[in-house]
Amino acid sequence: MSLQPYERVKIARGAKRPTGCDYIEGIFTDFFELHGDRRFADDAAIVGGVARIDGNPVTVIAIEKGHTAKERMQRAFGAPNPEGYRKALRLMKQAEKFGRPVICFIDTSGAFCGIGAEERGQGQAIAENLCEMMTLKVPILSILIGEGGSGGALALGVADRVWMMQNAVYSVISPEGCASILWKDSAKADEAAASLKLTAEDAYRFGIVEHILNEAEIGQPIFYKKLKDKIIKELDMLASDENLIENRYNRFRRIGRYSCNPEGKDETT
Amino acid sequence: MAFLNFIHQPKNELEQGGRASAPVQQDLGEPEKTCPNCRKQIPLSRLWAAKNTCTCGYHFRMRARQRIGLIADSKSFNEMYEDIVSVDPLDFPGYREKLETVQHAANEMEAVICGNCTIGGTECAVFAMDPYFMMGSMGCAVGEKITLLFEYATDKHLPVVGFTVSGGARMQEGLLSLMQMAKTSGAVKRHSDAGLFYLTVLTDPTTGGVTASFAMEGDIIIAEPGATVGFAGARVIEQTTKKSLPKGFQKSEFILEHGFADAIVPREWQKDVIASLLSIHKGGGKA
Ligand SMILES: [Zn+2]
Repeated sequence: MSLQPYERVKIARGAKRPTGCDYIEGIFTDFFELHGDRRFADDAAIVGGVARIDGNPVTVIAIEKGHTAKERMQRAFGAPNPEGYRKALRLMKQAEKFGRPVICFIDTSGAFCGIGAEERGQGQAIAENLCEMMTLKVPILSILIGEGGSGGALALGVADRVWMMQNAVYSVISPEGCASILWKDSAKADEAAASLKLTAEDAYRFGIVEHILNEAEIGQPIFYKKLKDKIIKELDMLASDENLIENRYNRFRRIGRYSCNPEGKDETT
Repeated sequence: MAFLNFIHQPKNELEQGGRASAPVQQDLGEPEKTCPNCRKQIPLSRLWAAKNTCTCGYHFRMRARQRIGLIADSKSFNEMYEDIVSVDPLDFPGYREKLETVQHAANEMEAVICGNCTIGGTECAVFAMDPYFMMGSMGCAVGEKITLLFEYATDKHLPVVGFTVSGGARMQEGLLSLMQMAKTSGAVKRHSDAGLFYLTVLTDPTTGGVTASFAMEGDIIIAEPGATVGFAGARVIEQTTKKSLPKGFQKSEFILEHGFADAIVPREWQKDVIASLLSIHKGGGKA
């Protein structure tokens, strides 16, 4: 890949890039949006609802950044509040009740950073999703379509399969944030982006995503058609997995690199 | 409540100050420490006798081993998974050197200590994070140790007591650190689904990816007075929103008021409260 990691970050953030709602429209039929977390509010940064794929019912949840300046403001640039994550969890539980799979599209620079978000338990909302998604009885497929910003992205990413667009990024911290902590200089974001290993190839190498999706035809009808076919095939496979929850646990259980002796040898993956 | 009148006396050598070689505070050797709240000068010996608290109520930060010493019954603590330590999976600039420096300065190999012990006679699994080891940040080794501890506790039908203090996921291990949030949460969920009890004590500061995973997943969540508990950092919120933060923002009292902790328990009473809650949950778990 000739593109530098920080160029990938810029592509992933691009305003013209397809957003969550574009994917929903391109792939599913009969989408009906469901609003609200039933506790506090409806979060416009997360769009969710019921739909069909290949005739079969599914629950679809997408972080939506918006395209126009006005829409991006209204959707808080795709930075969900706790009520967004709670709405997502409500819809996942509903999917479990009715036995339909869940498909999540992830595209956020991170969970919303604000006073109200903290007052309403941003950390608790994300933590609850991590726990509940781990044992949800129906298949979950999560696709990183743009930015995968830290815990705010992972809150929709505890899935049986995680796919990533070729130019999507997935990171524990933004390159700018990392640079300002490390070098007290957010202008060194390009160096930080390289150090953080946030590209799709890196995530694949670490066993964090199963599949990298080619972007050559991104946004075109053929792109959605191909992705739709892939999703149908994958959901078929997951539907026959008798150890779905066990396999999901082990999928995440394996991730990590550390040493089992004090000399720092015997690296385990 | 009976335990409110209980005056807790140090019972074992760990409670007197942890490992003989461990620095009690960064400034060990200085005769006094100034309380940031009331400005009083406190002799270190008296500070320790008061469990690192000031008479004004201010709670100083504590080393992980001291924490365990404060709550574990005498000679009951057995450390586990101490061989699991961090590597440098991303070849991240300066991380290897930083780890070595911190391991030496903190006299610990990782940011969390795990094991089993009894508290007030009840057997449990226990973990304590260390604010003096890269501010308790969670990398792969911390995630693995916490996960192993919950798997052990699930297997042995034991409750878990955990003291959290963390700046969040460890940046230097990138996405692998982030995934530890999911991994630990999975292990907590299994422990919970087995009907077992998990109690967390949030101490100063508990933030970021640890708040958004196992810190907030306890059946009962206790906070230490005056601790900062939140997801996003206060300074980042201030810079992003350009609003001044309300007084006491993200402090334990704020967390309690907004419904994200069950109680604020001063260090003085923690052992008795934890022992009592463990006792109430005895017999839990589907054998
Ligand atoms: Zn004081």
